[in-house]
Amino acid sequence: MKLSREDVLHISALCRMNLTDEEVERFRNQLSNILDNFEILQQVDTTDIPPTAYPIPLSNVTRDDEVAPSYPQSDILANAPRQEDGQFRVRAVLEQP
Amino acid sequence: MKGNDKLYDLTINQAHKLLNNRELSSVELTKAVLERISQVEDKVHSFVTVTNDPALQQAQEADARIKKGDASPLTGIPALIKDNMCTRGIRTTCSSHMLENFVPPYNATVVERLNQAGMVMVGKGNMDEFAMGSSNEHSAFHATCNPWDLERVPGGSSGGPAASVAASEAIYSLGSDTGGSIRQPASFCSIIGMKPTYGRVSRFGLVAFASSLDQIGPMTKDVTDAALVLNAIAGYDAKDSTSVDRPVPDYTKSLIPDLKGIKLGVPKEYFVAGMEEGVRKIIDAAITRLEQLGASVDREVSLPSTKYALAAYYIIAPSEAMANLARYDGVKYGYSYEGDSMWDAMEQTRGHGFGPEVKRRIILGTYALSAGYYDAYYVKAQKVRTLIRREFDEAFKRYDALITPTSPTVPFKIGEKTGDPLKMYLSDICTLPINIAGIPGLSIPAGFSDGLPVGMQILGKPFAEEMLLRVAYAYEQATEWHKQRPNL
Repeated sequence: MKLSREDVLHISALCRMNLTDEEVERFRNQLSNILDNFEILQQVDTTDIPPTAYPIPLSNVTRDDEVAPSYPQSDILANAPRQEDGQFRVRAVLEQP
Repeated sequence: MKGNDKLYDLTINQAHKLLNNRELSSVELTKAVLERISQVEDKVHSFVTVTNDPALQQAQEADARIKKGDASPLTGIPALIKDNMCTRGIRTTCSSHMLENFVPPYNATVVERLNQAGMVMVGKGNMDEFAMGSSNEHSAFHATCNPWDLERVPGGSSGGPAASVAASEAIYSLGSDTGGSIRQPASFCSIIGMKPTYGRVSRFGLVAFASSLDQIGPMTKDVTDAALVLNAIAGYDAKDSTSVDRPVPDYTKSLIPDLKGIKLGVPKEYFVAGMEEGVRKIIDAAITRLEQLGASVDREVSLPSTKYALAAYYIIAPSEAMANLARYDGVKYGYSYEGDSMWDAMEQTRGHGFGPEVKRRIILGTYALSAGYYDAYYVKAQKVRTLIRREFDEAFKRYDALITPTSPTVPFKIGEKTGDPLKMYLSDICTLPINIAGIPGLSIPAGFSDGLPVGMQILGKPFAEEMLLRVAYAYEQATEWHKQRPNL
């Protein structure tokens, strides 16, 4: 599986993670090699085999909706890179046209 | 105990007896461990953060508690916690620039439980960034060195927790294990490392890497200590929806020094191509020793899907990681890049905040989950996961435990594998199938090959931690490997 430069750039856009040109080239080569090795999975007959997402059987796990003390607002905002009036400050999602 | 200059070499069990008999105070013990850290940390680099003052305060509280006759086996005992478990008021970095200044507002459940038991936390342990790696060389801060040979790696990702216990910079530590991250460094550093059954220990407050594979466990100087730590951390937690509501036995009751009537199997697929001859000989000798202790051993067990485990793991784990690490967007906490726009800020935050191995796995996971490849990679890997689990289930109908090497090699040289990720991934070839299946595994020192540690891995069916501890304890009582300490 030979990845192209465009493939790597497409993936990096999907996960919103900037890569340098050097990283694009390095990951292109390394991932091509890794994916070649993963071809071994295509040898396995998995007809009628269900997928496993978790090693223990889990259905919807819920709890009672009980009122309990929460963390102080200041604790939760303490690690915020930018805050204003007791809220997280974020960049504009929709830019002015 | 005044005048004994090697208090730091004590086990939990030894220290507890001295504390309870008032022959030693927790403050004395804690000072001895902190002094040891100041002497050897320049060589080993196990820590991200040393917590001198809070540790001494916890030691004073422990001494008051012991005086009242209210001590648990862990009260007043100095421990190191891997730096991916949240500690309130003490930074929790995951050895990443992304979380370099992150100070959690709450404790992980395991930290909460150890605090209740009277832990003295001496610091936070270095690791591969976000627990992705097998050598600790992927820490964004510094590489940890193997106390047995400072030019070699301690293993990973719990390299700091393993090296600190081997170097007596902590009496015990907690690690986390997603594909071998407790057991492989335990093997490399000649200590005990146990990954409990998935769901046995709460993951609440453990920074998520791969949620269906991660599990927290003890790293200790001997098997008794592993049982004592597991007693304290195991059990249901309503804050972790994947924790299992099931009674916790007293694991020290499993410490029985013979193996009469125990049926062991040795899966031949774990003696892989590329396995070092020195490792093979030591594991063979260890298996013979288990037979002498009364176990019956079948050396011809086959788990044929084992050869697909590496590929399945390196699709499943990065896929879960890319989803878990989507939260690092520079808004709520962690590193944040100012940027020209919302998207630019996010892309640069992630581009600058993550190190090379984390980026590689995010890219790999994103690829495996992307349109057109989801069925071929991710779903296929999940089906192979079912096959691997079924083979273990079948084997455990016939055997009480399975025996394998923990790692195909002794600790490798720093820098030896960083250039080739696939070579590094192969270091976990014997440990990652266990996470895929969700079963428990334990690594125990089994000897030295040219002076370098070799670990034996013991595997059991889900929730068979007692059986693993029994096999390990019987072997330990018949050998001296666990009593050896590196010269530092």
